[in-house]
Amino acid sequence: MLAYVVRRLWQTVPTLLGVVLLVFFLFTWVGGDPAYLLAGKISNPEQIENIRRQLGVDRPYYVQLWIFIQQVATGDFGESWATNEKVSAIFATRLGPSLTVLVPLLVIDTLLAIAAAMLVAYMRGSLTDRMVMIGCTVGQSISILVYIIVFQYVLAYQLGWFPVQGWGSGLAENLFRFSLLPIIVGVIVSLAPDTRLYRTFFLDEINQDYVRTARAKGMSETRVMWVHVLRNASIPIITNVMIQLPGLLAGAFLIERFFSIPGVGREVILAVERSDFPVIKAVTIYVAIATMIINLIADLLYRAVDPRVQLK
Amino acid sequence: MTQAAAAVAIGVQRAESPGLWTLAWRRFCRDRVGLASFLIVVFFFGLMTASGLHLVAADWSKEVGDNYAPPTFMGPAVPDRSLAAPQSTGAGSADVSNPFDPLAGVLAEIRAESGAASIAEATAPTLVFGADKWGRDVLKKTIKGTETSMFVGLVAAFLAAFLATVFGALAGYYGGWIDDFFNWFYSVFTSIPYLLLILAIAAVLNQKGTLTVILILGLTGWTGIFRLVRAEYLKHKVREYIQAADAIGASHARRMFVHILPNVSHVILVQLSLHVVLFIKSEVVLSFLGFGVGVDTVSWGSMLNEAQSELILGYWWQLVAATVAMALLVTGFSLFTDALRDALDPKLK
Repeated sequence: MLAYVVRRLWQTVPTLLGVVLLVFFLFTWVGGDPAYLLAGKISNPEQIENIRRQLGVDRPYYVQLWIFIQQVATGDFGESWATNEKVSAIFATRLGPSLTVLVPLLVIDTLLAIAAAMLVAYMRGSLTDRMVMIGCTVGQSISILVYIIVFQYVLAYQLGWFPVQGWGSGLAENLFRFSLLPIIVGVIVSLAPDTRLYRTFFLDEINQDYVRTARAKGMSETRVMWVHVLRNASIPIITNVMIQLPGLLAGAFLIERFFSIPGVGREVILAVERSDFPVIKAVTIYVAIATMIINLIADLLYRAVDPRVQLK
Repeated sequence: MTQAAAAVAIGVQRAESPGLWTLAWRRFCRDRVGLASFLIVVFFFGLMTASGLHLVAADWSKEVGDNYAPPTFMGPAVPDRSLAAPQSTGAGSADVSNPFDPLAGVLAEIRAESGAASIAEATAPTLVFGADKWGRDVLKKTIKGTETSMFVGLVAAFLAAFLATVFGALAGYYGGWIDDFFNWFYSVFTSIPYLLLILAIAAVLNQKGTLTVILILGLTGWTGIFRLVRAEYLKHKVREYIQAADAIGASHARRMFVHILPNVSHVILVQLSLHVVLFIKSEVVLSFLGFGVGVDTVSWGSMLNEAQSELILGYWWQLVAATVAMALLVTGFSLFTDALRDALDPKLK
């Protein structure tokens, strides 16, 4: 087990190196000279030379790459170009608000999607099943932007049930006042695709021989569905939830932007708008590392759910 | 004589056993939902082509209606006149020429070319589906937005599918270190979440435009298709027909792209169709955030961006127009993809 974890971590080194190279390539060659971006419109060659020296972009590429690798290794990405805040400090303060919204969102969405998918898979082929599936397809085809705009306008602006946007200081206030509407919108947006996907997972299991055997032994339908089918279908479901995790962290940027939640996603958008390269570089590397760790955890979870899985 | 003719006829009939695509087409025609969605997709294709050739909505940027003119079925907006009035007088007063204005000559030229007529003309109080902030026809704007969004989605999907096919063919066919290299490349790209990667590239490129969006989406979106194409090539390269091709001296490239490719093309086709939908959605988000198409181009994303502030003023039609157009196309395309998959792979289900 420990040997497996160590080997897997060792295998991530080339991938991480690739991510570092990709990010370095993007921001060094494709991005052009950042000094011109920073100096703005009023600039003379002297200023630009100054900025170039400060940023270290006047040095040879291999030196710059080595500095970047050191940054990745130590987790110290320097300061933001826009605010001069430490990049590590930015993420430390933005992670809390993001998680306040994302953790309840993910839990509620997963539980609801599993329940809905199990129900429609159980009634497969019926009118309910087909109506739910058509509803999901249509619901999925509407842009997430429209959901956010309409829900914010109707529920918050017109009906006044929720604050339109904002963020407080206490966890309870944030969770039960400001996060409610973002969580509702997030759940509605992700429920349709997840229900569709999980339904196929359940359908794969429902037609298996062991289900027929369980029924033949006289087990109740409840037990067949909730114990036998659910446990077997949970492996692909775990994969899906795990795959979503890193993307959610940065991918909830639309929700965070609309509702003015000071999270990681909004920081990414701000950084892209301001061409704040250190912040974007750091978030890309951080999220890539998180993805690899989460993949490893997912593999370990399979083992816990399904004893047949061999860790090699 | 007649016997010989009959024999020939039978021979011809035997030779004409239906191929994969004919069978798939027959299966497809039996699927009524698939056929209906196919018609929707064809309709949108027609719309895109017509708009691209300037047959419809060529004058979408002309200010033909009042500012925020409501849809015809609602009737002209009475209270809104007070809001719209100062803006239209503002436009009128711009006609008074300032002798010190260095751009006066240029402005007069531009106005003579396009603007003068629309300012002089009485603007319509209502339009079929309303007007936007500048009095442009929302219906025409939606058609133009359809053209942009669909074009971006299609071209980006073709680019991604092309890259994925070449990479997947090389990796799956040759194996060994080439396979290792492309797998490494794949794991690098997939360890960064898709939208984050797109945003990072948008930040680096720092320029808007249709071509930029296509490149961003196409160059980052090949990973999913690559995985499937590679798996198919791994499966096919050991089959007998490839051994036979080897025996008659077909080159590697010929085996890869003439012999195997047609046998895996159904996988690529379904993925292509899936990715068109994915890329249209991504383009809408990118353009909404202002990292997408240029300011002089209209897309569903830029329409939604305008609609956001319009909604607070009570002007809902632009939001509804862009939403309905997008929902129709995406639903149609998704159902079409499902039907296509069922038709091409009857073993599924």
